[in-house]
Amino acid sequence: MHVLSLNSLSGSLPDLLASGASGASSLVINLAYLIAASLFIFGLKQMSHPRTARRGNFLSAVGMLVAIVVTLRDREIVGYGTIIAGLLVGSAAGLVLAVRVKMTSMPQMVGLLNGFGGLASATVALAEFLKVYYDPNRDPRIDTLVTICLSALIGGVTFSGSITAFGKLEGWKIQGQSLSRPITFPRQHALNALLLLLTVGLSWLIVRNYEASLWAVALLYLLSLALGVLVVVPIGGADMPVVISLLNSYSGLAAMTTGFVLDNYCLIVTGSLVGASGIILTKIMCTAMNRSLLNVVAGGFGTGEMAAGAVPGAGGDVVVRRMDAEEAVMVLESASSVIIVPGYGMAVAQAQHAVAELAAALNKRGVNCRFAIHPVAGRMPGHMNVLLAEANVPYELLADLSINSEFEQCDVALVIGANDVVNPAARSNPSSPIFGMPIFNVDKARTVMVCKRSMNPGFAGIENELFTCPNCVMLFGDAKSVVGDLVKQLAGGH
Amino acid sequence: MFLAEASVIELFTNNFVVFILAMFIGFEVIAKVPPILHTPLMSGSNAISGITIVGAMVIAGLGRGWWSEVLGFLAVAFAMVNVVGGYRVTDRMLAMFQKK
Repeated sequence: MHVLSLNSLSGSLPDLLASGASGASSLVINLAYLIAASLFIFGLKQMSHPRTARRGNFLSAVGMLVAIVVTLRDREIVGYGTIIAGLLVGSAAGLVLAVRVKMTSMPQMVGLLNGFGGLASATVALAEFLKVYYDPNRDPRIDTLVTICLSALIGGVTFSGSITAFGKLEGWKIQGQSLSRPITFPRQHALNALLLLLTVGLSWLIVRNYEASLWAVALLYLLSLALGVLVVVPIGGADMPVVISLLNSYSGLAAMTTGFVLDNYCLIVTGSLVGASGIILTKIMCTAMNRSLLNVVAGGFGTGEMAAGAVPGAGGDVVVRRMDAEEAVMVLESASSVIIVPGYGMAVAQAQHAVAELAAALNKRGVNCRFAIHPVAGRMPGHMNVLLAEANVPYELLADLSINSEFEQCDVALVIGANDVVNPAARSNPSSPIFGMPIFNVDKARTVMVCKRSMNPGFAGIENELFTCPNCVMLFGDAKSVVGDLVKQLAGGH
Repeated sequence: MFLAEASVIELFTNNFVVFILAMFIGFEVIAKVPPILHTPLMSGSNAISGITIVGAMVIAGLGRGWWSEVLGFLAVAFAMVNVVGGYRVTDRMLAMFQKK
């Protein structure tokens, strides 16, 4: 598009060649990229409602097709073999992943895709460097070299950080230690800061003297990969929604910096959209936990030592009331309004279908049954909503924190596999690590039923005084079988 | 030399202007996506960040020796996993939200 400007016409030789020899062709390509970028924006705009979202996704895919097809006309391309091989292999792998993945594993899927996005951008940046390095006639622009280094750094961190996050979500073990626990060691942040400084130093060397910096480029990539792992390991499993959102943003920013390297507006625009999306989601997740991004990224949250202000003796000799399925069904049947609060435990137990059946059965009996979904429930933004959609729960029944005022008029709050997001300590106990976090006030409901495997504290390692409230009863067991029993009792009773 | 430098600055500035404006559009558009669609939003944005495919294809077609073939192939394949995997899985999820 800069072809049109006078200044660049009188500028460097490659620009002159671009605008002269194949001006028409590059105009077509640029216009096609503009169309693609517009379709991406329009597609995202249609994501504002579940009714139009699918069409938006389709339009976005059409934009991608336009971008890919028109790139085949690029004047620098001399052979198509490698391109076609890459397209086929990538498409096959992507298709298999997308068709096979379970809805409960969606955080892992998105984590993996974040990583591949970062890796693709870092790889393109490396190739762009080698293109300059092996071409004796080329005088690279300073901003190109700078953005190559940035792309290497962001892309590398995104890739190795995402793979680490993937391992945490999958519960990988290293020497018997579960990766999903925060892994901390002395001077961790000092080491990370040192590595970051080193990458800046290396980038400076590369920009100053790229002809003699092949080793520096190799080292820059290695350091970036190491940094990605080190930055993610101290972050605990319950903070994964923030990490996944942040890495999502990085994968976009990596594409954006690669756009600077290639002077390609389509990459810059699209990468920025993804970057903005990840930033917004990260912000929403942090707000929903009442923590700063720095606090989350510093890690070590919920290592167990922080349970200050816990209920004395909870998990041991404390008295909680149990209830069996038969009794629970009687309470549920006589209720006029029920709010279900699902959490990560529902995903782990694959209980979404049983839960949906329960809600449908209750609604059929005239009980007003809805869902309250916390922004950080599960392992990524929107995790619970997808699981319930899979189980055919109409999205009108899914509410967010705005439902909070209704717990006081609610007969039963049914908590299924959620813990920290219903912990009243967040309201009342200033010494609790989650103090100030917006929670669902389930303790205000007439009866709270908590479906839980055992009295173990939640993933943040914090005791929950909700369980000892006088209006709280426990339904112990695997969420899927407990809720399954409720559904059975409900059907059998009449 | 002076002209060349001026054009470097101009090219970079152009890129930078586009970047800033696109971030504004991104914030405006994404802020309107409701929380229930946040997971498909993420997988959908994974798909569009596969736009790196455009740069990857040019590398893969350069024909400058083994490095361009290997890096080009890898970059195209990884970006394409995002494009195909991202759009397909997003469609799968959105179809679930659409049915009644």
